[in-house]
Amino acid sequence: MADLKLDQIHKSYGAVDVLHGIDLDVKDGEFVVFVGPSGCGKSTLLRIIAGLEDITSGDLMIDGDLVNTKSPRDRGIAMVFQSYALYPHMTVYKNMAFGLKLDKQDKAAIDARVREAARILQLDQLLDRRPSELSGGQRQRVAIGRAIVRQPKVFLFDEPLSNLDAALRVQTRLEIAKLHQELKSTIVYVTHDQVEAMTLADKIVVMNGGNVEQVGSPMQLYHHPQTRFVAGFIGSPAMNFTKVSIDKVEPGKVTVSIPGGTPSVLPFDVDQNELGNQVELGIRPEHLSLGDGGELTVHGEVDVVEKLGDSTYLYLKLANGDRVTVRAPGHSRVKIGETVTASVSAGAAHLFSGGGKAFAKVDCPAEYSADE
Amino acid sequence: MSNGTSVKGGGTFRFGLLLLAFPLMLWLFLLVVLPHIDLFLVSMRERISYGKYEFSLINYIEFFSEPLYWNTYVRTAVMSIFATFLTLVIGFPVSYYIAKFMRGKGKNVLFLMCLIPFWVSELVRTFGWMILLRESGVVSNFLQWSGIADGPVEMLYNDATIMVGLVYTSMLFMIVPLVSVLDSLDDSLIEAGYDLGGNGFTVTRDIVIPHAMPGIASGCIVVFMLTLGNYLTPNLLGGKDSLWFTEQIYTQFITRFNWESGSAFGFLLLVLSSLIVWVGLKLSKQTLSETVG
Ligand SMILES: Nc1ncnc2c1ncn2[C@@H]1O[C@H](COP(=O)(O)OP(=O)(O)OP(=O)(O)O)[C@@H](O)[C@H]1O
Ligand SMILES: [Mg+2]
Repeated sequence: MADLKLDQIHKSYGAVDVLHGIDLDVKDGEFVVFVGPSGCGKSTLLRIIAGLEDITSGDLMIDGDLVNTKSPRDRGIAMVFQSYALYPHMTVYKNMAFGLKLDKQDKAAIDARVREAARILQLDQLLDRRPSELSGGQRQRVAIGRAIVRQPKVFLFDEPLSNLDAALRVQTRLEIAKLHQELKSTIVYVTHDQVEAMTLADKIVVMNGGNVEQVGSPMQLYHHPQTRFVAGFIGSPAMNFTKVSIDKVEPGKVTVSIPGGTPSVLPFDVDQNELGNQVELGIRPEHLSLGDGGELTVHGEVDVVEKLGDSTYLYLKLANGDRVTVRAPGHSRVKIGETVTASVSAGAAHLFSGGGKAFAKVDCPAEYSADE
Repeated sequence: MSNGTSVKGGGTFRFGLLLLAFPLMLWLFLLVVLPHIDLFLVSMRERISYGKYEFSLINYIEFFSEPLYWNTYVRTAVMSIFATFLTLVIGFPVSYYIAKFMRGKGKNVLFLMCLIPFWVSELVRTFGWMILLRESGVVSNFLQWSGIADGPVEMLYNDATIMVGLVYTSMLFMIVPLVSVLDSLDDSLIEAGYDLGGNGFTVTRDIVIPHAMPGIASGCIVVFMLTLGNYLTPNLLGGKDSLWFTEQIYTQFITRFNWESGSAFGFLLLVLSSLIVWVGLKLSKQTLSETVG
């Protein structure tokens, strides 16, 4: 078990820069999840930590040791591959014992550890089978087992659930969460599924185009996204964005006018020279409700209705052409073509500058805050 | 026609298959099975006088009682096994490099470069080696010119040269199956090996080679058979002393016009290659169907 420190990690393949200076601190026992769109460099960063890719520049420390030039075997890490990477010519038992055998451990110790891991992962009955005789979920567990037996300082997972079907994914997700509680080990986990990120992580690292956009707890990212990118990436369905202009700036207060809506006063600290500028207003679908009960209202024509049973998503088209998603109760009877009004309390709104940076909210109400 | 309707699906399918396989069967029968049956029959008879033959084992007895014959036989087998082994040892890293380190265009170019020697006939290729290696050849001249040697150097007509020629001739047949089997090895399996604490040696031994085993076996079988049955290379590069078993067969058929003992030798060569391939498969725990499939 160990902490992990990344200091200005750069990576390029030839002339192509893939990572542009990543700084990150992972504490002992923390479950860290990298999320981001495809191609943003999550796998590359994980493989750098694993020692499977060279670092172009920057420092990587595991447990206080600089490991830049150390080979994977000397880093005390264990990786679970997306494709599982089980050896087809070995039984489950041999697959799990392989790392220990390379470590030259004695037979009895290997046996004890493999059987212990098999017990935790409920693989006892499958030890003599070949990987080809296992289901996807079982293979996944063998891959995890192979990492566990080595008792590494840090576990690395690269999209471990992406080859499983939806039901199994939920189940395995729970098992991984349980495993983390049991082993209390440091875990770095890559996914592009934000539900996995939200449910598993102590700390989420949102990456975009080879940079870290924001690091924080799931709730911090949900309630206090620092950039428009994070706001749009975390949450499902995605946050609504619409362009508004700033009409008036006062200390801790800003007045914006929404196209097709009434001017509203929002609790943000905005610089005077933003006056008259176009900024972006962000509102989460689940914070909007039908009717004009909130301080901030929008009107639009419903052009799509999605009924999910427990809730209904209404897709509104505003006067300026922007779309807004509203989560209405499951019993909502709104039809396509109707014009509806939806509103939200000012405290739930997010405001982003033209450059995509979030303006600071003042006096955030408890229900829209990550503070406990 | 009317009573065939009940099994129509299966029947037509099987008939179609038979029709498709027919040319292959005919080819196998006419060119492989039939000559070998005849070879076997011819080898089991003795010529009494013109047009008169009798059943006898004299040809086989002759083979075992004449040391030159079975010495050549054993020597050919040992040299072929060694040549196969050498081809594998040289071909494996090359194939690994082509399959795992090269991408896209470079890979095709490298692969083609292995193929280039096969654009000229084996005869011309072997004469190429002779031009290089003979007493008045390129290498000998270079050594004299540079002062490393003071007289002409003869590099032909020894076992090492035969070996070089044999390895060179059969390299492609080792590389093709190896590249294709190594191509199918997922990179993550190799990476996982390093991740689990392996080094270059253990990863190769425990992961790459077990995976490549079918390709290694099929490459070795092809190379071994080609080498064992090679006539031109040992003959031209080894000269009179090459003592290759195919030369003995040639001598029996063509020079001595002794078809009976030639057939016996031919049959013995078939037995030898089948036996060694079988032992090789058993030792490497491969099956023929796995290797070919
Ligand atoms: N070997 C390589 N050579 C050149 N470019 C590479 C190489 N490996 C990755 N890249 C590039 O690096 C970038 C990051 O790749 P990476 O695999 O880390 O993305 P990712 O975030 O894991 O994406 P995904 O979610 O699709 O797995 C991509 O643009 C990719 O094209
Ligand atoms: Mg990836």
